Amino acid sequence: MFLKSLHLTFRTYSAMANSGPVESSIRSKLTSLLRPTSLVISNDSWKHRHHAAMRAQNGGSGETHFSVEVVSSEFEGKTTIQRHRMIHTTLSDELTQGLHSLSLKARTPAEVQPTSPEPQ
Amino acid sequence: MFRTSLRSSLRIVRPSAPAALAASRLVAARRFLSDDARAQIQKAVTASPMVLFMKGTPDYPECGFSRAVIQILGLHGVPADKLKTYNVLEDPELRSGIKEFSEWPTIPQLYVKGEFIGGCDILLGMHQSGELEDLLEKNEIIPKVEESSEAPAS
Repeated sequence: MFLKSLHLTFRTYSAMANSGPVESSIRSKLTSLLRPTSLVISNDSWKHRHHAAMRAQNGGSGETHFSVEVVSSEFEGKTTIQRHRMIHTTLSDELTQGLHSLSLKARTPAEVQPTSPEPQ
Repeated sequence: MFRTSLRSSLRIVRPSAPAALAASRLVAARRFLSDDARAQIQKAVTASPMVLFMKGTPDYPECGFSRAVIQILGLHGVPADKLKTYNVLEDPELRSGIKEFSEWPTIPQLYVKGEFIGGCDILLGMHQSGELEDLLEKNEIIPKVEESSEAPAS
């Protein structure tokens, strides 16, 4: 039990060291919603520190602009808009609390690796 | 964003009363898009064959994503008289209202014949796949490219 909590503490600590609370929250929510085969989250906030909207909140929290590339079979049979809406709904708390911009690439495993092999 | 500033001004008492006031008005607008506001937005999205809600103007976009959408539309030769743009930075009520109207949390937002098409990522994807060109042609925003490759005239 002690080991487990130590492990947990370490994990929490290392997660915080690498990414902020918003990024962690995006990661955990998308992981549980989509069970993705691939999930890449990049924090682009630093590129936007000087734009008007961010200046209005003193450069923002440093967690305002993210790009997410996610691959999940949950997207099968859904349009791009529907896929984005799934993600927006899951992250609605973040989006109303300072997450200013979310650039999304939502694909199914089949779309990442086209199944029909191209003849050489 | 405004909500964040509201929160911080509540938690740490800062002398930013006007900001907090504006924020509370926005929050109210966000939660209760009145029938009147909804009707106005409905009118706005159908004011032109193509309507773009953006930050800044086509000549001076104030956000990279809005700029990208303008560039994509420019690549397809969308004529100015078919595109109406609204600068949401000039109108906080429109800015929050349009998000609620479309149930889409970000700007820019593009509408064709009153129908919500998407934001920057979606348009970029549609541009790459060729869907955007089809959509623009189908809605007579750009002229159809005459292709005679299928049946060459004899």
